[in-house]
Amino acid sequence: MNKVLMKGNEALAEAAIRAGCKCFFGYPITPQTEVAAYFAKNMAKRGGVFLQAESEIAAINMVLGASSAGVRAMTSSSSPGISLKSEGISYIAGSDLPCVIVNVQRGGPGLGGIQPSQSDYNQAVKAPGHGDFHLVVYAPASVQESVDMVFTAFDTADRYRIPTMILSDGLIGQMMEPVVFPEKTNDIPEKSWACDGHKNKRKHNIVTSLFLEPDKLEKSVLQRNEKYKLISNNCADCETYLCDDAHIVITAYGATARIARSAVNEARKQGIKAGLFRPKTLWPFPENELRNSCKNAGHILCAEMSAGQMVNDIKLYTNCSVPVSFYGRTGGVIPEPEELLREIIKLSEGRQ
Amino acid sequence: MNHNFKKITVLTGQYGAGKTNLAVNLAFEMCRYGKVTVTDLDIVNPYFRTSDFTEIFEKKNIKLISPVYANTNLDIPVLDFDMRFETENTDFHIVDVGGDDSGAFVLGRYNDVFSTYKDATDMLYVFNVYRSPDFSVNNIIENIKEIENASRLRCTGLVNNSNLGNETDTDVIKNTLGYADKISELSGLPVLFTCKSNTDKKISENDFPVKIMVSPPWNFT
Repeated sequence: MNKVLMKGNEALAEAAIRAGCKCFFGYPITPQTEVAAYFAKNMAKRGGVFLQAESEIAAINMVLGASSAGVRAMTSSSSPGISLKSEGISYIAGSDLPCVIVNVQRGGPGLGGIQPSQSDYNQAVKAPGHGDFHLVVYAPASVQESVDMVFTAFDTADRYRIPTMILSDGLIGQMMEPVVFPEKTNDIPEKSWACDGHKNKRKHNIVTSLFLEPDKLEKSVLQRNEKYKLISNNCADCETYLCDDAHIVITAYGATARIARSAVNEARKQGIKAGLFRPKTLWPFPENELRNSCKNAGHILCAEMSAGQMVNDIKLYTNCSVPVSFYGRTGGVIPEPEELLREIIKLSEGRQ
Repeated sequence: MNHNFKKITVLTGQYGAGKTNLAVNLAFEMCRYGKVTVTDLDIVNPYFRTSDFTEIFEKKNIKLISPVYANTNLDIPVLDFDMRFETENTDFHIVDVGGDDSGAFVLGRYNDVFSTYKDATDMLYVFNVYRSPDFSVNNIIENIKEIENASRLRCTGLVNNSNLGNETDTDVIKNTLGYADKISELSGLPVLFTCKSNTDKKISENDFPVKIMVSPPWNFT
């Protein structure tokens, strides 16, 4: 027996421990709390450190410290808590430190609600903090993918010295599904840059995001941008479903993509050539694959649990070559497959 | 199945072991023998709770008691009902508790009621061996002790609710019977039911067919 039944949130934590995460710092917030609770129960037994910080801000800065010392570190929160972490995330990016940040999204803005949402797309992809920087953003659509993406997120973070984010949502985080954990033990690369004690045997390392001379800061920003180009070429990932002959392509990520898939299947039964394009990474966005998936499409329907965020990127990356419609629910309301099917039928009949 | 239900059935267990699904199924079964009250005492998890089943309970004339703010955005554990009164005025009182020791802690508040009905109370420990990533029987035994300490009650029986969600089949359940026996042996508690979903085949001597009450939001209704 190697299949187990886990909540998305628990699976994120178990996967992180197996991926060699040695430090978790967090602060409770629904619908993310199981991530921290799981670490609290298991981390000490398995040779790691769990610490409930006094605030989200403290937690992200503890991640900065642990990562500077060369260990795999993680924090998690839900939407309002991620806003609090944004300064620290920017410092981590500016210090070229690897780490994994989890956002189990809930409804916003403000304190919002505790039901699922995808209204932090822009925050994750465009502006997770101040300054010129990106996170690599993974968007799991199942509990299994939550596990797989944690492994990938840690590996990518180390390979490129970049913070990565798992952008989950209250639905994927709270639901239970059977899951298998990979047997592989990650090879964690040597971190010659880490501040882990030079013992008078080498020059001391410095991890910082502070540059007092403008030209040095510019140089570090430009170097980081070269890295982003590399990541854009190497890390973009997506799933396409029945897109080859699709006249209508739904674009959706995370939980909404599961709902969109049901709608696509039902539309196909009714003779409508519908397909699904699901980005698995939101930054870098799999833009070539998007264009490729829409080559026969007369219409794109972007579905999100938001008032319309990813839809702007869909228009951008297709260069508005195909008309793009939007369907979204917000506030923690989960769209039903019937609603998406209705939109597909409308588009197929040329009504908009 | 034989009706051996006591006046109070407290459902405790691992977080996410399927207590709520079992509570709903037990309520439907107990309905056949008398008046049923279900109390949602889960003040740990604001999702997937007995309060989600208000409509179907109403249809079956099952009384549902919920925390004041259940199913709202307010995550506050307010309980304003009288456990003694509700127990006195029903034939079967199912108390659906939150998972693990943190969920069971709330039971201590009603210790006086459980003392009164000491011989008429079952506290069932619900487990799903697939919920434990290392399939450790010892973790489950430890979990039982933690729950007993937190609740100030002793478990009287076990419910094997082992399943893999929609991937459950006869073998998935059968493969857990050995674990269940081991848990029973180590805890000294009898396995009262083996829950089975998605299959009609006989699995054990105490099969309890359960209907899965929550379907994923991507299913067409």
